[in-house]
Amino acid sequence: MTLEESAKALIVAANCVLALAFVAYVAQWGFARNVVPDRELVGAGAPASSPEEVAEERSDVAGGIGFSLTVLATLVLLAGVVARALAAERVPWGNMYEFGSVAILVALTAYVVLVRIWSIDWVGPIITGFGTMVLGASMLVYVPAGPLVPALDSYWLVIHVLGAIISGSAFLVGAAASALFLVKARAEANTAEADRAGFLWRIPSSAAIDQVAYRVHAFAFPIWTFAALIAGPIWAHYAWGRYWGWDPKEVWAFITWVVYAGYLHARATAGWKGKAASILALVGFATFVFNFVGVNLFVGGLHSYAK
Amino acid sequence: MNPAPELNRREMLRWTWRQLTSMRTALFLLLLLAIAAVPGSLVPQSGVDARAVEAYRLDHPELAPWLDRLGAFSVYTSPWFSAIYLLLMVSLIGCIVPRTIVYAKAVRARPPRAPKNFGRLPASATFETSASVDDVLAAGHRALGRARVDVVAPVRVPGPGRQIEQGEVRAESGHLRETGNLIFHISIVAVLVGVAMGALYGYRGSAIVTEGDGFSNALTQYDDFASGALFNPDDLPPFSMQVDEVDARFQMSGPQRGAPRLFAARGEYETLPHDGGPADDPRPFDIRVNHPLQVGGTSVFLVGQGYSPVIKVTDAEGNVAFEDAVPFLPSDGTYTSTGVVKVPDAQPEGLGFQGFFLPTAVSTGEDEAPVSAFPAAANPLVGLFVFRGDLGVDDGTPQSVYVLDKDELTQVKNADGTPTRVSLSPGQVADLPGGGTIELVGVKQFARLQISSSPMVQLPLVAIAVGVLGLVLSLSIKPRRTWIRARRNGSRTVVEVAVLDRVPRGDLPADLDAFLTRFRTELPEETA
Repeated sequence: MTLEESAKALIVAANCVLALAFVAYVAQWGFARNVVPDRELVGAGAPASSPEEVAEERSDVAGGIGFSLTVLATLVLLAGVVARALAAERVPWGNMYEFGSVAILVALTAYVVLVRIWSIDWVGPIITGFGTMVLGASMLVYVPAGPLVPALDSYWLVIHVLGAIISGSAFLVGAAASALFLVKARAEANTAEADRAGFLWRIPSSAAIDQVAYRVHAFAFPIWTFAALIAGPIWAHYAWGRYWGWDPKEVWAFITWVVYAGYLHARATAGWKGKAASILALVGFATFVFNFVGVNLFVGGLHSYAK
Repeated sequence: MNPAPELNRREMLRWTWRQLTSMRTALFLLLLLAIAAVPGSLVPQSGVDARAVEAYRLDHPELAPWLDRLGAFSVYTSPWFSAIYLLLMVSLIGCIVPRTIVYAKAVRARPPRAPKNFGRLPASATFETSASVDDVLAAGHRALGRARVDVVAPVRVPGPGRQIEQGEVRAESGHLRETGNLIFHISIVAVLVGVAMGALYGYRGSAIVTEGDGFSNALTQYDDFASGALFNPDDLPPFSMQVDEVDARFQMSGPQRGAPRLFAARGEYETLPHDGGPADDPRPFDIRVNHPLQVGGTSVFLVGQGYSPVIKVTDAEGNVAFEDAVPFLPSDGTYTSTGVVKVPDAQPEGLGFQGFFLPTAVSTGEDEAPVSAFPAAANPLVGLFVFRGDLGVDDGTPQSVYVLDKDELTQVKNADGTPTRVSLSPGQVADLPGGGTIELVGVKQFARLQISSSPMVQLPLVAIAVGVLGLVLSLSIKPRRTWIRARRNGSRTVVEVAVLDRVPRGDLPADLDAFLTRFRTELPEETA
């Protein structure tokens, strides 16, 4: 088995583990669908006996398995990405397949770290589900490891693309939190106190989720600004002889930037706080994904070797 | 003489200004800008790829005129797109100016006095200590760290039954948030100004230079040239360059066979002083993709390359009527190229040739035209159709060197009526119908050089870099007010602490707990 084949096999294996992690996380939510939160049962510590206690314990176990599998998937993916880099003898983000796998690696790492510091395991199903989808779909654009075309052969590849990967991964975590914020805020407004059962009531309040979403976006936005509007133009100057040329990739990078700028403004605008701002965060992430998938595959332009 | 309409107009202006500079309008304009940018990525843009626009026009004859009217082929210079960003710019400046004034006042302002009832604030706490009021206030000051702090010395105030001693600490931190916010927004204005200046004073042109040929930086030497409104052609920095070698290498095998691996143009260049004095000594250059040549404020980029077959034409009278390298423009990844050869001086009649060049020709069948299988010149082949007549090059109207003006030309045909085509490999000579010969002497490569300058580009780059630092400050710093009130009650001091974030956040209670821990470690040891 060559290094390149090992890389491919490891990334496929990571995807399988990640899919299992997703199933475990879904089970975590599913088991707890009837569990009422914060109702401390008398005689805590006694063996679980009531159906509710059994369900709660199953949910916890499933969540633990989900997290462990996510960590495992991250490590296997890391091994795959490193093998890919060794096979190609360069940084492993020179085309669409590689960008997808590294972006998911960074997103999973960010998730694992944030679970440790902010306990955000509640975005697990979205992160693992989306990651499984991206890693699976990236097999459709698989290309063998190889050297780069001259335009990509620059140290700006390391700076510009890594910046895009880091901010893109953070946008994914932010979008997942914003989506859950919308679900939770809606449930908080529409569910009577007595009907509040299920995993949704075991995760933090919508205000706390919004706080996580804001922090992640506040981290990602300056990096995106740097990657798309500083490093990108400088590299474009050297590679193509102009700083900014409204290439489709540049247009969509700009659109993403503007939408996230809108998100940050919306958070400070009466009538836009909360729901509308969170929807903007999701729109921003959608424009990022379109730039990655739509522009690469269907629109073309100077960045089209990103395939 | 009724002053009312005048007042109304002023009110109207005031109202319009307020609306335009409100956050809600800024948000709306931002989202509008995002939507307005979309069509330019889906419809080809004449400023980006003029050839794609032409192809689009041919493919969509019904739709294209409508898109033209909407400016969809030049979205980013269209009136409606410009209108949005100009409004956004006005809104931005209308936001920056008043906020800067407010900020300038806030910078000098002292922290506000403590509210009466701490319980109404989002986070507050109370504890007792044996330390004196003075000690408590001093400890609070230390625990607040780098915040702006005012300590109000203990005073005797009327208490229940008797006078009690009471003092407070007022603190405000996080002024840098607004500093960063203003820096970021001002830097955006600077970026736009810098980009506009670069566009007004800058220029960009390109020229095709075959190996062995030279280029000197004058308008007549360019194949195409565009410049800003304030650019003066006399400002073109005088320099000349000689291209000795164009080096194009491609992947020879494997799944990426044919992919480009290296493009380089090498030779020598010399700069000429503005005063017309002698040129500096020639210096070598090695221009590659990602590695342009800098000559003063001008950059020379290698933006393309291709092949220039060297063609020699001898006319029917036996004279060499033409011998030169002719650039053929590549049209695909295997460098299938097209071009024309103009021989106006051939006798008795002018000769014109139009055809293709294939760097690695492979024939696909007996009667099929050959195709190019690989971008490097492994098996070069030129195929040319022959025309006779007046090429129209002497009548004074400028002509493209890549197009044959066929108005006064007749295509030469074989006896069976099919167009005559000559196919030549290097060194081959073909007889021309009606006398004379054509020879493919050899194949050279050409470099397409772009020469451009965007003056003051440092301004937007530095501005946005500073802007990002401001952005980080504005997104990460918490503007916070903290108050501590200490009141002596017998042998104990009652301490009240409250915090208020000017941008509400969810982590306030946790931050208050952390502050209390710091605060209490600063207090003197409890005495019994």
